[in-house]
Amino acid sequence: MSKLGRRKFLSIATSVTGAVGGIFALTPFISSFQPSKRAKALGAAIKINIEKIEPGSIVKVIWKGMPVWILHRSEKMLDKIDSSIDELRDPNSELSVQPNFAKNTFRSIKPEYLVVEGVCTHLGCAPIEKFAIAPADMGPDWKGGFFCPCHGSKFDLSGRVFAGVPAPSNLRIPPHRYENETTLIIGENEEEENA
Amino acid sequence: MPSDNKQEVYFSNPMLKWVDERFPLSKVLREHATEYYASKNFNIWYIFGVLSTVVLVLMLLTGIFLTMNYKPSAAEAFNSVEYIMRSVEYGWLMRYMHSTGASFFFIVLYLHMFRGMLYGSYKNPRELIWLLGMMLYFCLMAEAFLGYILPWGNMSYWAAQVIVNLFGTIPFIGDTLVEWIRGDYYISDITLNRFFALHVIAVPLAILGLVFAHIVALHHIGSNNPDGIEIKDNKDAQGKPIDGVAFHPFHTSKDLVWITIFLILYFGAVFFAPEMGGLFLEVDNFEPANPLKTPEHIVPSWYFTPYYAILRSIPDSLLGFIALVSAVLCFVFLPWLDKCKVKSIRYRGWQYKVALAIFVISFVSLGYLGMQPSSGIYLILARLFTVVYFSFFLLMPFYTRLEKTKPVPDRVVYKK
Repeated sequence: MSKLGRRKFLSIATSVTGAVGGIFALTPFISSFQPSKRAKALGAAIKINIEKIEPGSIVKVIWKGMPVWILHRSEKMLDKIDSSIDELRDPNSELSVQPNFAKNTFRSIKPEYLVVEGVCTHLGCAPIEKFAIAPADMGPDWKGGFFCPCHGSKFDLSGRVFAGVPAPSNLRIPPHRYENETTLIIGENEEEENA
Repeated sequence: MPSDNKQEVYFSNPMLKWVDERFPLSKVLREHATEYYASKNFNIWYIFGVLSTVVLVLMLLTGIFLTMNYKPSAAEAFNSVEYIMRSVEYGWLMRYMHSTGASFFFIVLYLHMFRGMLYGSYKNPRELIWLLGMMLYFCLMAEAFLGYILPWGNMSYWAAQVIVNLFGTIPFIGDTLVEWIRGDYYISDITLNRFFALHVIAVPLAILGLVFAHIVALHHIGSNNPDGIEIKDNKDAQGKPIDGVAFHPFHTSKDLVWITIFLILYFGAVFFAPEMGGLFLEVDNFEPANPLKTPEHIVPSWYFTPYYAILRSIPDSLLGFIALVSAVLCFVFLPWLDKCKVKSIRYRGWQYKVALAIFVISFVSLGYLGMQPSSGIYLILARLFTVVYFSFFLLMPFYTRLEKTKPVPDRVVYKK
């Protein structure tokens, strides 16, 4: 090898070795930005006793720093859910985020309990519950659901988004399962246990 | 002087050319790297300047990451350090790199200063470089002390108590001054909070500014060398010093090897001995600050122990404080205390060689004695070495005048 060729080879070899080392050296600094063990512990699954949630009422809890709603739907509410199907953007939750077991009309394990993230899929505001039928502010066709005050997105009692509003998809369903008849666990899926 | 023709071809990349027309990029690179000529006979003593820059970068980087999880409050500080160690991803690495880095900073800096004393780097025309370096040394001492307080362990607390109270020995204004430094009637949350601000913003900014000035001044005058002669006195037809080689790529590629060796030693300490048997991290600082209980064996970090030994050897609080401050300040006056015209120890008389050797022995011994109890033989030795320490500086104008120097060569001595 000529002298210059040798120098070029050595320069490139040194640069490549240095670059690889540099990437390894970056790892701790980049990883350091990830959630710490404490943050992960605080983001772990939570347990909720659902015994005392009356039909027709909603309980709001915080999981991973975001509102999660547990809506105990009454018979009357359940009756209203299927009827509004034409006006929905994603009635079968094809475009939406939920565990597989919640990819149904009621978007839940048990039809009477809806467990849903109270985070609008548009820009992250918390929608307001509008359970009354045909109130003055929602118009005569309103059958009960949720309304986002930020940009006017509307969702039905299964958290399914209406067409013609800014939100692109249904409210997200978090992973959840029932430990027993009265205890709900948010943050863990049933499927994972069986798998 | 670079010719105009050369200026045009410095960059072949059109983007760099575009930048160069609007920003003195090639000028800066030329002056400080590719056409900055440093002597070709540099030895191992000439790597510590570069290494201190490496440590500075490591400290800034890890410091930023520590700040992201540290809480500067008396209630939370200790737990937040524990949180960094146990919970934050690679938090232990950030902290150990930072705490080990502090000690390595002083190792590198003391060797860097010793180099200056070996080869007369503080002498005309480099006095200002030395003074800027001294200011950097003082800033670094302040930075190290402030950083030592932040974990809010029991040693942190009592170190703050003792060091801040040193200022209380100053007559008349002492008590007011101490209260002003603490911002409270005791070392409290308020003190910790302001020490944090000084540690992460004020002092680092001063250090960066001083490093910039230190390097600009150095590159204006040119580096010294082990022969202590000015390589700019011997230039070739193009105006390049004959005994100099360009900083880049020649000195940089050599420095890269030393940086690698340094990093191996540094990470050896980080991974296998971050506490270094109590020298880098002290056991007493693993329990939270307790205003009711002074640690039984209270010692400052090893890099302060020579001065601490001097402080303790004086049986009067004000005189002790004065001795401590003078001991640190002595270095500032070296360019004017040293009356010998020859720079390098290679060509100086026996007087300076002996004096420097005795000084190093006394400095290291004081460092050791500062970690021992201040009584019996230790106290007697500490007093003896304190006298030796100050004699080195105070008698320097006399013994350096008596030196019989050897003839200094015109060209650097360079073994092929």
